[in-house]
Amino acid sequence: MISEEMILDKFTQILRDVLDNDTVEVSRETTAADYPDWDSLAHINIIVAIENQFGIKFNLTEMKGFHTVGDMLDRIKSKIRS
Amino acid sequence: MDSRLQYPFNPHELLRKKKAIRRALLDQGEFEEKRIAILGGSTSAEIRDMLELFLLNVGIRPVFYESEYNRFYEDAVFDNPQLDQFAPEIVYIHTTTVNIRHSPSLSATPQEADEALQQEFGRFRSVWEQLSAKYSCSIIQNNFEPPHCRILGNLDCYDHRGLTRFISELNRLFSEAASNSKNLYINDINYLSAWFGLERWYDKQFWYSYKYAMNCEAIPLLAHSVAAIVRALYGKSGKCLVLDLDNTLWGGVIGDEGLGGIRIGSESAEAEAYSGFQQYVKGLNERGILLAVSSKNETDAAKEGFSHQDSILSLTDFSSFRANWEPKSENVREIAKELNIGIDSLVFVDDNPVERELVRSQEPEVTVPEMGDNIAGYINLLDKGLYFETVSLSGDDLQRGSFYASSRALASEEKKFATYDDFLSSLHMTAEIRPFSPDYLDRITQLVNKTNQFNLTTRRYSIAEIAAISLDSNYITLYGRLRDKFGDHGLISVIIGRQDKDRLHIETWLMSCRVLKRSMETAMFDALSRSARMKGINSLLGYYIPTPKNGMVCNHYRNMGFESVENSEDGATFWQFDLNDALKNSIFFIEVES
Repeated sequence: MISEEMILDKFTQILRDVLDNDTVEVSRETTAADYPDWDSLAHINIIVAIENQFGIKFNLTEMKGFHTVGDMLDRIKSKIRS
Repeated sequence: MDSRLQYPFNPHELLRKKKAIRRALLDQGEFEEKRIAILGGSTSAEIRDMLELFLLNVGIRPVFYESEYNRFYEDAVFDNPQLDQFAPEIVYIHTTTVNIRHSPSLSATPQEADEALQQEFGRFRSVWEQLSAKYSCSIIQNNFEPPHCRILGNLDCYDHRGLTRFISELNRLFSEAASNSKNLYINDINYLSAWFGLERWYDKQFWYSYKYAMNCEAIPLLAHSVAAIVRALYGKSGKCLVLDLDNTLWGGVIGDEGLGGIRIGSESAEAEAYSGFQQYVKGLNERGILLAVSSKNETDAAKEGFSHQDSILSLTDFSSFRANWEPKSENVREIAKELNIGIDSLVFVDDNPVERELVRSQEPEVTVPEMGDNIAGYINLLDKGLYFETVSLSGDDLQRGSFYASSRALASEEKKFATYDDFLSSLHMTAEIRPFSPDYLDRITQLVNKTNQFNLTTRRYSIAEIAAISLDSNYITLYGRLRDKFGDHGLISVIIGRQDKDRLHIETWLMSCRVLKRSMETAMFDALSRSARMKGINSLLGYYIPTPKNGMVCNHYRNMGFESVENSEDGATFWQFDLNDALKNSIFFIEVES
């Protein structure tokens, strides 16, 4: 079973790659507003990279509910388990 | 070059790491800048980013204008000061099946369906006409992918009310328009989407969420295709395929196994696969791609392979043949030199990863596709790599192999004469040197955009600019065609001069390297001087603008008898020739028809 910590690690790496910024640190409270480069185009690539990394697919309703990194982590966890 | 941008690429890696890839490419060197407007019928931001990567990878740095979401029609057809100011050299119209407005309703009569087709086609035609009139630009236009759903099922592809049928007819009209136009090029997403797989291409979630017309995994494939067209427009596509022999053009090692031991033909699956690959390579050769061999073999053994009764390629198909034990990186350098083409126009194909890595590291300008070790995949890897993309196919392309064959005949001829002049006289050369005429505008444009070595200013022109210059009385234009006893070399030299009172600025002077040292440049100079005198011109002004590739002509104007006027700091030199002086270097060995 994959731990929340491992998910967060992978998530951080995705964010670092997409934003091309190795100093990125992420917590559950992080939002797009914390990084000016996290614009709508970057957001799409983050979602796509998460789906690819974890082998999951978010539906339209799920994507609407992503406000913080914590929201995404919870959804990733439940998707991996199901 | 970044091999991550070579087919087959990993779309997820490119999308995720595009910023770092871009940064690394920008650090790598020199770029030619091009202004590209993307007029989209759906979100185009990711397409822009991917297109930038693929263009940077081939030495082109794009500057973009992007229309607002789905404003492609308005941006093109109505007054648009922003786009005017941007002055695009290329406009890419990224429209897809979601942008079709006038498809026939289910109650439409055949006549109404046809009206809808004409209406839809007319909408795009007016976009192209407006853009051409305003910007003299090249236009790259997507055709349409098959529809996402088929209300009529299989009937959809043949009933006059079917959207599938409507789209294929629209695509046919687009193809006709492009083949009749000088500046319209089709990006064939009808093929791309089929290749990618329509089921994956259409991801409606991307449409509903982000207004992407396709799954983002398909975007690199799309951008790669557009970049290949842009590359071809500027003559930067590959020109020569350098091939290994053993386990590349036939199965087995001829030096060890002998002619009877190699696999080619139809005796086994493996033999058939090598035959299939040879057939594909033969096709490339027939459309004008030069072939060369670089093989670790004794020459006799290497050549024997082509005497196999099932060999599709023959020795005469190759313009350069190097079978030796030297490092292949040296061989590719020698091949480029022998054929007089830039080393960046070589594509190197070898089944051996060590050889590929050697060439990649020693000669990074050579394109080295990652071929893997399965011959069954070779055709696809070369074909989808779009290394040899072309935007037109001229008569010269179809004859190119024979030009080079005749140059080899020439090399052996050269040795028989006491002096080089004797040799030139023996060639019985005749040239046609005349002002630009409508029949040749395509070939002239192709030549000015791809000649890099014998090119004094490396100035590029669109077909529309060439057409306008050919009609402008302030310009003197000349093209040269050369023929000799071995054959016709086609149109190989161009001069464009702009008259300013009694002076003529030579904006462009170029020649194909395959007719180097034939005194053709002197014949062109003689014709230029005559035309200039007739127009009351007293002096000719010549410019040499150095690039990494045109060092061979740095003394061209001196050799033609021009006086040096000025040398600028960036290496450019400026020359003048007084037409009242006698031509100093006026001997040439060509009979000229004008």
